[in-house]
Amino acid sequence: MAIEVRIPTILRTHTGGAKTVQGSGDTLGTLIDDLDAQHSGLKGRLVTEGALHRFVNVYVNDEDVRFTGALDTAVKDGDAVTILPAVAGG
Amino acid sequence: MLSLDRSTYDAIVAHARRDHPDEACGVVAGPAGRDRPERFIPMLNAARSPTFYEFETGEKLQLYRELDDRDEEVVVVYHSHTATEAYPSRTDIANAGEAGAHFVLVSTRDAVDTEFRSFRIVDGTVTEEHVTVVDAAVSA
Repeated sequence: MAIEVRIPTILRTHTGGAKTVQGSGDTLGTLIDDLDAQHSGLKGRLVTEGALHRFVNVYVNDEDVRFTGALDTAVKDGDAVTILPAVAGG
Repeated sequence: MLSLDRSTYDAIVAHARRDHPDEACGVVAGPAGRDRPERFIPMLNAARSPTFYEFETGEKLQLYRELDDRDEEVVVVYHSHTATEAYPSRTDIANAGEAGAHFVLVSTRDAVDTEFRSFRIVDGTVTEEHVTVVDAAVSA
């Protein structure tokens, strides 16, 4: 078992074009570290100065992590993580 | 260049007019990798604001799931400005996460004339592009 992560089009250059990748971790932060070890450069597109980049939204099992602890959100094997580009402005 | 059907163009303008004075937002989706805006999808503005827009987080997740399942992608992201010109604001540029998309700005500041412009926003650089509206072919 692992955690399945859906990757948005704009970040697939880091995953060899793959729509989904698998990783492991006990928080979103450690999962992203694991993903970065497999897909170099991915973390830099997601995390800035220890916080999730505002250009992306991340969901764990349909819950937006902005409301569940951001990078500290707990994850476990079998969870589904979705990364999406931010769509917002003024 | 952005090429749009008349019906899609009209639907974007109608949405912007309907939500005025709040900003309206949505996307036009199309088959992945083809740069063809075919399916108009209005979205809720979670901010319900005259100066800000943000896709509602749950609706946005549903949208992207559906696009993925249908092998579609976001070809156009549109939103309206209701008191200022149809040009990307600083927050638009800072939050432009869909780097591959056409950014359509509609201004409803004038009650009659609607400004409709399209831009590419890549790494903070804004480039305006020509918009062509295609009238549906009349079939015999």
